[in-house]
Amino acid sequence: MGIAKKFRQIFSTVPMLGWFLGILTAVLIEYYWGYDYISYYLGLPKIPVLFGALIMLKEPMMIPGALAYDLVVYVIPVLLVAKLSSVFTNPGAAVLEKLPLWLSAVIHLVCFYAILHLWAGINDYRVLVVKLTLVSIILTVSVNVINGYQGEFSCSHPGFMALGAYVSSILTLMLFTNDKIFGTALLPPALGPYLFPVVLVAGGAAAAIGSLAVAIPSFRTRGDYLAIISLAFMFIVKSAIENLNIIGGARGMGGQPDFAPLPVIFFWTLLCIWVIHNFVNSILGKALNTVRDDEAAAESMTVKTRKTKMTAFMFGAFWAGIAGGLFAHVLTYINPGMFSINRLAEILAMVYFGGLNSIVGSIVGAVSINVLGEALRPLELFKWIIIPLILIFVMIFRPYGLISFTEINAKKLLEAKHKRQQGVSP
Amino acid sequence: MTALLRVKNMTHFFGGLRAVHNYNLNIAPRQIFGLIGPNGAGKTTIFNLITGVYTPTEGEILLENKNIKGLETNEIAAMGLGRTFQNLALWRHMNVVDHIRMAHYSQLDYGLFGAFFNSRACRDQENQVRENAHRLMELFDIGQYADHLVTSLPYGAQRRVEMARAMATKPKVLFLDEPTAGMTPDELVKMIRIIRQVHQDFNVAIFLIEHRMKFVMELCESIQTLVFGEIIAEGPPEEIQNNPQVIEAYLGKEDMT
Repeated sequence: MGIAKKFRQIFSTVPMLGWFLGILTAVLIEYYWGYDYISYYLGLPKIPVLFGALIMLKEPMMIPGALAYDLVVYVIPVLLVAKLSSVFTNPGAAVLEKLPLWLSAVIHLVCFYAILHLWAGINDYRVLVVKLTLVSIILTVSVNVINGYQGEFSCSHPGFMALGAYVSSILTLMLFTNDKIFGTALLPPALGPYLFPVVLVAGGAAAAIGSLAVAIPSFRTRGDYLAIISLAFMFIVKSAIENLNIIGGARGMGGQPDFAPLPVIFFWTLLCIWVIHNFVNSILGKALNTVRDDEAAAESMTVKTRKTKMTAFMFGAFWAGIAGGLFAHVLTYINPGMFSINRLAEILAMVYFGGLNSIVGSIVGAVSINVLGEALRPLELFKWIIIPLILIFVMIFRPYGLISFTEINAKKLLEAKHKRQQGVSP
Repeated sequence: MTALLRVKNMTHFFGGLRAVHNYNLNIAPRQIFGLIGPNGAGKTTIFNLITGVYTPTEGEILLENKNIKGLETNEIAAMGLGRTFQNLALWRHMNVVDHIRMAHYSQLDYGLFGAFFNSRACRDQENQVRENAHRLMELFDIGQYADHLVTSLPYGAQRRVEMARAMATKPKVLFLDEPTAGMTPDELVKMIRIIRQVHQDFNVAIFLIEHRMKFVMELCESIQTLVFGEIIAEGPPEEIQNNPQVIEAYLGKEDMT
């Protein structure tokens, strides 16, 4: 306990920019020396992809090497640079603080993206993990709108995702590629990447319209009953797609053009977080909370509860549709089996692990379950014992999830951290 | 005298049970009106009928000569019937300032897309609401709790949050369902003061259900007594206090031996 406290005290003076600089250093070290020198001398066959987790679980003999690699490449440079650079990153952060908040946030995000791009660029596997994690963030935040903010237990999210994935895939296959099913491209393929947002929004809109099938019963039912209705919806979508041979049926649908490189997905993730953040902090969005906590009181305080419920479902489903569209174009193959009960379990795990009623919580949940899932992959079956165990412990000690009922405070996150001296007034 | 809120011959059945029979009400602007009666007489049912939680089987409800019977609860609330609840109906995961902000719902018109993209109209209106919310919180003496969760507040303060929230909907008639239930004598005195102040500052009519006679007699200009869904007496406090039927309903028949 004492060490943790001391640690926090030492690094409390490091602003966000300082951390970025530290991580950048680590990434650059890995980029230039990671393979040629560091992993070579530590006896590792190649650069460990996920902080050495995979290699440690596969070959226990490599544990010391992998740990040493983490220490040399990540821990020491990040901490050292972050701490030492705070001499000039603090004034830097203070300068940025004088800019409008949005501009400062954009600058930070650009820096963050550059670092992420560099880190993921080391190999294709990392790129895929990062892409899928970002898609999961969109999904989790959108589920949180319905299950967290609105407090319904909706199980229909894989269904919404499937609608978005299939509609956007059909559109891109029809419009921009020469395909077996849909014939020659209707539009020049070069336009594809530019019209991709329109396609995605169409997928989202399809999901939103589909969500009415769950939203309208939600006027009268809540809790268990709505959970069953929404679960039914998910299975209906799945079996409908399985039986539609024109879009591949159970065999699935492949060949989507790769319109979703990392920057595109990053952009959509940010857009999703921004829009949902705005919404849930506005009065119209807080109306979801009032419906969850006491519907009768909400009605008496002029809140249109039906409209609110419908908005929540359609809005959440829209973003699930977007996530589905991105997902389809990352994997360039989809089949109905991907949008079934397993996906549901994964989504719900991310939401409830991260924290209800909180966007930060959703991001944390999505990132940790995804990275954990990848890192524990070598354990095969045991992975499905360890992850549920972690979930159970979270539910026991934090029933609403790790970080619940907290909102992003961008100003506080980005501000300069000056040394707080005790007893001495500045 | 034109009535602000008028109820004519309202009757309501729950299945075969006649909960309210032939109920009439006339509330003038700025009047403080009381509704008393033994437990189970149907007082809260009357509140729910007028505010649109239930739709009466028969009868008419007019607010400023407009028929409001059959409208949705939120529409009726937006037209000017604010209310509090007998068993506090606060939103347990929300803080105090959000409660007051929420009650401005019907006064916003920036639309969903304004909210999604944080438009200028959205920011302006939200700021205005925030200011108004802080003014209301000061008035109801809950300003110091602004960022606290409502569940962590003392009971009396929770009651005041509910009232501030009701006032934020800009009501013309304020319905108070047992505003002093479960209060300590200190909190009671504070409540009387606040109700008087609200009545003065906001120019509202008040319709309240109450069990504490002292409270009713002190505040109300006119009182109705409800027994088994029917009004047995109506008039100024002194008259009601001495009405033998009222005494009988509350205390039972006097033994004549």
